[in-house]
Amino acid sequence: MTNHYCDLKNADVILIMGSNAAEHHPIAFKWILRAKEKGAKIIHVDPRYTRTSARCDFHVPLRSGTDIAFLGGMINYIFENDKYFKEYVVNYTNASFIVDSGFHFKDGLFSGYDAKKRKYNKDTWTFDKDGRGIPRRDMSLSHPRSVFQLLKKHYSRYTLDKVSSITGVSKENLLKVYEIYASTGAPDKAGTECYALGWTHHTVGSQNIRTMAIIQLLLGNMGIAGGGINALRGEPNVQGSTDHCILYGNLPGYLKMPVASLGSLDKYLKKCTPVSNDPQSANYYSNYPNFFVSFLKSLWGDKANNANNFGYDWLPKLEDGKAYSTMHLFDAMYAGSVKGFFAIGADPAVSTPNSNKVRKALENLDWLVGENIFNNETYEFWRGPGVDPAKIKTECFLLPASASMEKEGSQSNSGRWVQWKYKAAQAPGDAIPVGEIEIKILAAVKKLYEKEGGPNAEAIVNMKWDYLDGKGSMDVLKLAHHINGRFTQDTVIEDKAKKTSTLFKKGSLVPTFGMLKADGSTACGNWIMSGSFGADGENKMMRRGKEDPTGLGLFPDWSFAWPVNRRIIYNRASCDVYGKPYNPNRKLLEWTGDKWVGDVPDGPWPPMADKAKGKYPFIMKQDGVASLFGPAMAEGPFPEHYEPLESPLEKNPMSSQRNNPAIEIFKSDMDKVASASKDFPYVCTTYSCTEHWCTGALTRWQAWLLEAMPELYVEIGDELAKELKIKNGERIKVTSIRGEAPCVAMVTKRFKPFQVEGKTVHQVGMPFNYGWLFPKDGGDSTNVLTPTVGCANTFCPEYKAFMVNVEKL
Amino acid sequence: MQITRRGFLTLSGAVGGGVALSGLVNLMPTRAYADELGKMNRIKAAKQVITTCCYCSVGCGLICSVDKATGKIFNIEGDADHPINEGSLCAKGAGLFDLTEANKHRLTKVLYRKPYGTEWEEKDWDFALSRIARLVKDTRDKGFVKRNAKGELVNRCETIGHYGSSNVDNEECWIMSAKSRALGLVYIDHQARV
Repeated sequence: MTNHYCDLKNADVILIMGSNAAEHHPIAFKWILRAKEKGAKIIHVDPRYTRTSARCDFHVPLRSGTDIAFLGGMINYIFENDKYFKEYVVNYTNASFIVDSGFHFKDGLFSGYDAKKRKYNKDTWTFDKDGRGIPRRDMSLSHPRSVFQLLKKHYSRYTLDKVSSITGVSKENLLKVYEIYASTGAPDKAGTECYALGWTHHTVGSQNIRTMAIIQLLLGNMGIAGGGINALRGEPNVQGSTDHCILYGNLPGYLKMPVASLGSLDKYLKKCTPVSNDPQSANYYSNYPNFFVSFLKSLWGDKANNANNFGYDWLPKLEDGKAYSTMHLFDAMYAGSVKGFFAIGADPAVSTPNSNKVRKALENLDWLVGENIFNNETYEFWRGPGVDPAKIKTECFLLPASASMEKEGSQSNSGRWVQWKYKAAQAPGDAIPVGEIEIKILAAVKKLYEKEGGPNAEAIVNMKWDYLDGKGSMDVLKLAHHINGRFTQDTVIEDKAKKTSTLFKKGSLVPTFGMLKADGSTACGNWIMSGSFGADGENKMMRRGKEDPTGLGLFPDWSFAWPVNRRIIYNRASCDVYGKPYNPNRKLLEWTGDKWVGDVPDGPWPPMADKAKGKYPFIMKQDGVASLFGPAMAEGPFPEHYEPLESPLEKNPMSSQRNNPAIEIFKSDMDKVASASKDFPYVCTTYSCTEHWCTGALTRWQAWLLEAMPELYVEIGDELAKELKIKNGERIKVTSIRGEAPCVAMVTKRFKPFQVEGKTVHQVGMPFNYGWLFPKDGGDSTNVLTPTVGCANTFCPEYKAFMVNVEKL
Repeated sequence: MQITRRGFLTLSGAVGGGVALSGLVNLMPTRAYADELGKMNRIKAAKQVITTCCYCSVGCGLICSVDKATGKIFNIEGDADHPINEGSLCAKGAGLFDLTEANKHRLTKVLYRKPYGTEWEEKDWDFALSRIARLVKDTRDKGFVKRNAKGELVNRCETIGHYGSSNVDNEECWIMSAKSRALGLVYIDHQARV
């Protein structure tokens, strides 16, 4: 979230799209209703009518996988009706930048497409620069190659007729949403968007979100109270696990994982450290070397030094252009090249798409290590449905773990609040925290390498790995300190502005990431967490102060929010170029002539009207402004509608490119696809319910919750049910070209057929909370139906739109 | 950690009041009221420990009541002082107690399934840690890629995958991230992508 949960109350309009907040984030929904009580309009756009729809001002059904068309139409509406916030757009976005003359868009493809590689060469997705190397700008926004004009032209194709025909949404409904949401383009109005997996689970997932980001920038809704783009995330510490980057492509703090072509630390830092010649761009990532070297120091301590490039060679290097996501992992495991597997606090045999392929893949393993509080379908794959254990060679370990309330540590919520929690009781039996298991496993491996050696053994034997206390238990506080960062030698920090000079002794905590250095004098496990402790040792994550000086619900003394306790990021954009708040009634920040007052500002510099010292507000961006034109995206700098991999349509109504041209196609014999096929005529989507969590791996073992939601079902609209002669409560099966899922039919009015390109399209939906292991009669994973395909940028699988048939047994 | 009892008592009062009203109708609620009073007395005498919900990412606060004599948790409920949930919880959060050792399905022993085995066997930590370390080292050494096809130094292990987890604490996440890189793993992922 750019903002945070309590801030939802500050919005004038809330668009919930890609989320069923009332059922999946009930407590977040309380803050949405608080906005409604104060007069805010709440809109729900979703294929299905849910409890969220019931509490909103109105619900608009749309066909799964057509969000970009829907939002593209809104961008067009904003331009056609002059609803954008011009001052904000001109000053705070790249609308005025001039795009390279070679850039173009034709029939669904941007310039530079390589059909063989399914990738773009982005050489023309760049800006013209002046003699100083600063992007040229046309502040009148009239230049034909300005981002503003290109954007306007791109979305002029998303007419009401076209959008209505693609999405299945009536023109009246489209206009109703566009009109209400675009009203937040007024300087003193705030609109926000809440999404969840309904947006990420598509082959165009990242672009769904980016389309909304473009709308928020056009309307001046980023960086303000009640605004932003807010992901309601679904796991307790998914923010923290992402921040610490248990992800192939990043290192803690979103630092980039090195690739093979960057063979030296110098080359790597040069590539990753952006340069801006514009003196008004803070370009905060120019500090990248400080964060990266401090991270290397956190891994290898004194063993990482200037002479060995801080251990850079020891880090693994990814193959250039290759991805290693969950789907890639199971594809490689299915092919037989992955031999060992750690599955920690997870049930990928249920949660990964095309589960039948995943389960086959697991049979190829030599060994599997599971760590969890309950057993699940992944750990028991060797005796799953149709599997003969006597034929499975895999050596399996299932290690008992402490539950959340049985261990001390911090958790980060979606609003970036890092909250400390305490150990309430001992875990039962031999269970210990997952972190302790992991520390002990690597310690045992390290011992073997110390004795026997091996390839790149330095990376392991040199690890600083002293995180057990005197009793042999995980020392959580020591780890938290390590993540926050310490000075590795006595260091004097001069503050020129304050005219102070402070000595930090070797070993003392670094109070902010601004003090991290690339010379080895600091070690920091994750730079964005630097400042979670004060120099005096105060653990800010433990804070429980309830003061609310702005009245906006920022609660600055409750826990710690990264970065540097900032509660709303990009907050300088809530003020005009002189630092005066656009909305005096919801004053998030104000420049008082010598300092900012309010939330922790995005940097201390004066507002940008001060040409000598002032900075642009989007300090993490190279050019200091937000990106309406986004060249970092895999499939184009402007989002474009493509049909899901499996779609009811033979053709994309927008262009000759039916699917996202940049998605990776998996080619194993189990990766079958059936699009626009009469055998699988219905769109299917998947979702959760209030009583279960994710795969149900924790909740299915709880009698109270299981009784409320006991087994797998499919929701079918009453018109389709009538056509198929299926009765409510009847046992039926849902099939895709990849598998079949027996389940109970829930005939409902919540799904209505869509009129799409002149034909009737039915959609059905299923929860993804079940697995064969427990309860025995609860049904299996819905993911036996879903395809192995994902977003071109993130590889989030396309669980939300694929094609099925519904059959009587 | 001890916390203020103010918000907590407010909540308990509300529960008691509701039960008292319904007690006018029949005897069942009266018994429930008595049970509730008994529990409240226990809660008053308990040690209270703060935790954060372990389901979605809203970050609701909860209070665990721990029996001082046994060290066991006997009640978990919403923290009325918490600025986000203000004491309220969803169905899953309200049932958090069923994740404690009171749930008979909890794993409590190290389990091992030998190749081609048909059942789990109970083992101890020493066995598991030393055997896993051996398997990790042998698999890593055998499949290690020092240089890629172009001859570039890559120092990576493509034969071990690592999955999880977004339902453990930050400090544990960092440990996993660091451990995977030390081993040279590249197939590293978790629920953030699903």
